[in-house]
Amino acid sequence: MEFFRIHKDIPFMKHALVFNVISLVTFLLAVFFLATKGLHFSVEFTGGTLMEVSYSEPPALEKLRDALAKEGYQDAQVQNFGSSRDVLIRLPNRDGAETGKVSEKVIASLGAIEGPKPELRRVEFVGPQVGKELASDGAMALLLVIGGIVVYLAMRFEWRFAVSAIIANLHDVIIILGFFALFQWEFSLPVLAATLAVLGYSVNESVVVFDRVRETFKKKRGLTTPQVLDHAITSTISRTIITHGSTQIMVLSMLVFGGETLFYFSLALTIGICFGIYSSVLVASPLVMWLGVSREQFMQPKKEKQEAVV
Amino acid sequence: MNRYPLWKNLLIGLVLLWGLIYTLPNFYGEVPAVQVSSGKATLKLDTGATLKRVEESLAASGLQHDGLFADLNSVRIRFHDTDTQLKAKDAVEKAFNPDATDPSYVVALNLLSASPQWLTSIHALPMYLGLDLRGGVHFLLQVDMKGAVTKRLDATTGDLRTLLRDKNVRHTGISREGQNVVVRFRDVENQSRAKAVITANTNDLQLVEGQDGADFKLTANLTPLAQKTIQEFAIKQNISTLHNRINELGVAEPIIQQQGLDRIVVQLPGVQDVAKAKDILGRTATLEIRMVDDTPGALEAALNGTVPAGTELYNERGGRPLLVKKQVVLTGERLTDAQPGFDGQTHEAAVHLTLDAAGARIFKDVTRENVNKRMAILLIEKGKGEVVTAPVIRAEIGGGRVQISGRMTSEEATDTALLLRAGSLAAPMEIIEERTIGPSLGADNISKGFHSTLWGFIAIAVFMCLYYMLFGFVSVIALASNLLLLVALLSLLQATLTLPGIAAIALTLGMAIDANVLINERIREELRNGSSPQAAIHAGYDRAFDTILDSNVTTLIAGIALLVFGSGPVRGFAVVHCLGILTSMFSAILVSRGLVNLIYGKKRKLEKLAIGQVWKPGV
Repeated sequence: MEFFRIHKDIPFMKHALVFNVISLVTFLLAVFFLATKGLHFSVEFTGGTLMEVSYSEPPALEKLRDALAKEGYQDAQVQNFGSSRDVLIRLPNRDGAETGKVSEKVIASLGAIEGPKPELRRVEFVGPQVGKELASDGAMALLLVIGGIVVYLAMRFEWRFAVSAIIANLHDVIIILGFFALFQWEFSLPVLAATLAVLGYSVNESVVVFDRVRETFKKKRGLTTPQVLDHAITSTISRTIITHGSTQIMVLSMLVFGGETLFYFSLALTIGICFGIYSSVLVASPLVMWLGVSREQFMQPKKEKQEAVV
Repeated sequence: MNRYPLWKNLLIGLVLLWGLIYTLPNFYGEVPAVQVSSGKATLKLDTGATLKRVEESLAASGLQHDGLFADLNSVRIRFHDTDTQLKAKDAVEKAFNPDATDPSYVVALNLLSASPQWLTSIHALPMYLGLDLRGGVHFLLQVDMKGAVTKRLDATTGDLRTLLRDKNVRHTGISREGQNVVVRFRDVENQSRAKAVITANTNDLQLVEGQDGADFKLTANLTPLAQKTIQEFAIKQNISTLHNRINELGVAEPIIQQQGLDRIVVQLPGVQDVAKAKDILGRTATLEIRMVDDTPGALEAALNGTVPAGTELYNERGGRPLLVKKQVVLTGERLTDAQPGFDGQTHEAAVHLTLDAAGARIFKDVTRENVNKRMAILLIEKGKGEVVTAPVIRAEIGGGRVQISGRMTSEEATDTALLLRAGSLAAPMEIIEERTIGPSLGADNISKGFHSTLWGFIAIAVFMCLYYMLFGFVSVIALASNLLLLVALLSLLQATLTLPGIAAIALTLGMAIDANVLINERIREELRNGSSPQAAIHAGYDRAFDTILDSNVTTLIAGIALLVFGSGPVRGFAVVHCLGILTSMFSAILVSRGLVNLIYGKKRKLEKLAIGQVWKPGV
């Protein structure tokens, strides 16, 4: 089998402007949704109590809500989770209340309701101070990834590559977040992990293309910069699609079999992978071009070294 | 040119064999077991004797066991089925804890790896599952350091009052204001005298002179070093107190660890009764110092059933009965520290106690009046008291520094000091994070994680074999060896495997195939450009290497950032992700090349490679 039978280099760079405009628009949309709707943070970030209870037969949610309201938890969110027999209860933190004891009170009042008895599946309680730290740790992790990747790429390639790779891929991160804001999907710690993993993974993609760019510059003389970029993208496109496809197969498997806990994790990965292909190939390369990459930049180091010896 | 030297092939073989051995324990599953450990800090488990007792009690009730194991603090017994396990637990419980209301041993149900002895002896253990996979309770406790410092300052206030009175320095009041102790004076003379006295007698206070209206004042606060010592002491003491309390819950493998400067993580696998766990964590034990009633004949009378009025009968460590007066001389709150050490003159093992000012004053009076009598230090928990130690008072003891010595081994001194400290929490604690996972959810999570990985792997394998033929098959073998090595590494390191960790395994496999796709595509390209098959293999692997390295390093950077800043679920993900990247480099490059070399390396006249169709433009 051979999926990709390409006769000539595809003139990607001719449409560079179009690609960049498309990504700019998506990016702005994502920022817009983030700004207007905001992220739906999970309990881990906001603090609060989250409980998952399971019943032998579907309970009436109204009754559960009434029982909780009677206990003083009017602000409890009660909803089905996965199946009609599983119920998820969310309670925000309140000042002064004995935060550590909420789960016991809730389960006691649920147990007092007539009908099927609840089985406690999971409790997650996060105090207010923990959430803030998580948010700042997340931001620090993101900064470290960006810094680390820029430094590494600048060392291995050139600063132009480093800058365009990181811009292209950060815009992926914003787009993932934009999706989570638009659909109000729950943004939890695993989703954060997925987002950062995607960042590292998409940069991969740019690296593979850049590697080819460097090689082509050195090997094939007489090509213009856009032609070199076109050649590099065309000759790696088959690998790009197949690799991402394989990773996506795995992620899809998690999306289908992983259950609720892994659902948003794999959803974030899916968005990241799809936009990763687009941005690392069709956004990063035009950026390198605009930043003014040329053959001389790859020929210089050798000459400098020789001079240094003399 | 496509041949590996023998040593390289051997190396690959050995690494894979190592991976296989350390992965093996995960396939054996677990068998039911009963674990016996000490339930009281006063009781040290003698494993040899315990093994014998366990065996006797099992033999007495006619139960069969599959093996006895002992480690430093516990004895474990393996059983064939859960039925025998439950019966055995009852039998052992009865033999070890005749008084059910006052258990001295923890007899808990546990699961042990069913892997054969030779695997266990080379430390090949199954992966360590996190709470989200096996069920249990996780608490994160915040130690209130401000509270610890305040407690100390309150004590300091009393100390200063006594000190100034002893030295005849007149002041108009001492009080704690926030994180400072403020002493007020009418005139400058007393202020400066007080400063000199305090500086000479204490070493953990910083003094600032000031004026407040017509009053002169001295503001004292703790030096940063003193504060640090208090905080370190507080967290250590709280951890040891928690250890003692959790023993009662009968948890087989509790985890109690310090996290950061002022937090403690408590993980109790298998515990479902959160309310009881919280109750026990929050409970306070108290320490009391009382006088021993040594009136001739009184003890005998008490043993015969008539306890004299105003006294109580307790057992000393080691079982000797002791008659103790009901009147409490001092409580544990007056005790600021207890450390094991040595007597300055005799070099005997000793326990050094430090009392606060009020405690020291009382202690001085009591010891003066009771020379040559015995005093008892009692640990009262759950309404039951136990005499930790009952030393004889040799002389009046002033200054709040008390030494207990004589006929003690240094180990006993350490135990006693720990017990004395264990009386109470050094600082209040608050639960700031709680996670409870029911056992059914844990099992669900394992099967979900396993199935996602399995089906994803199969799908990738089928695709690779179809698309790249033999080379695809080689890639799948490389991917499988990657999985093998990753699981082996996780088992060896005993890193906690969580559901996000399983997700990371799946994701790492999905990403690791990248390296092989790169290589295979490169080989096809070389063939397309007219290279001979052998040259194509060589060039393909060579040229792809740089790219693979670069792309793995960038992924690794992201992984490391997550590892550094992540906590909880993210950390579990990051550990597996980072390890997976390292193993994938090995398997994708060395293992797959080694296989290709074995298949094609010896063929001189190679016409064609089984790498799927190589399409050439214009042909």
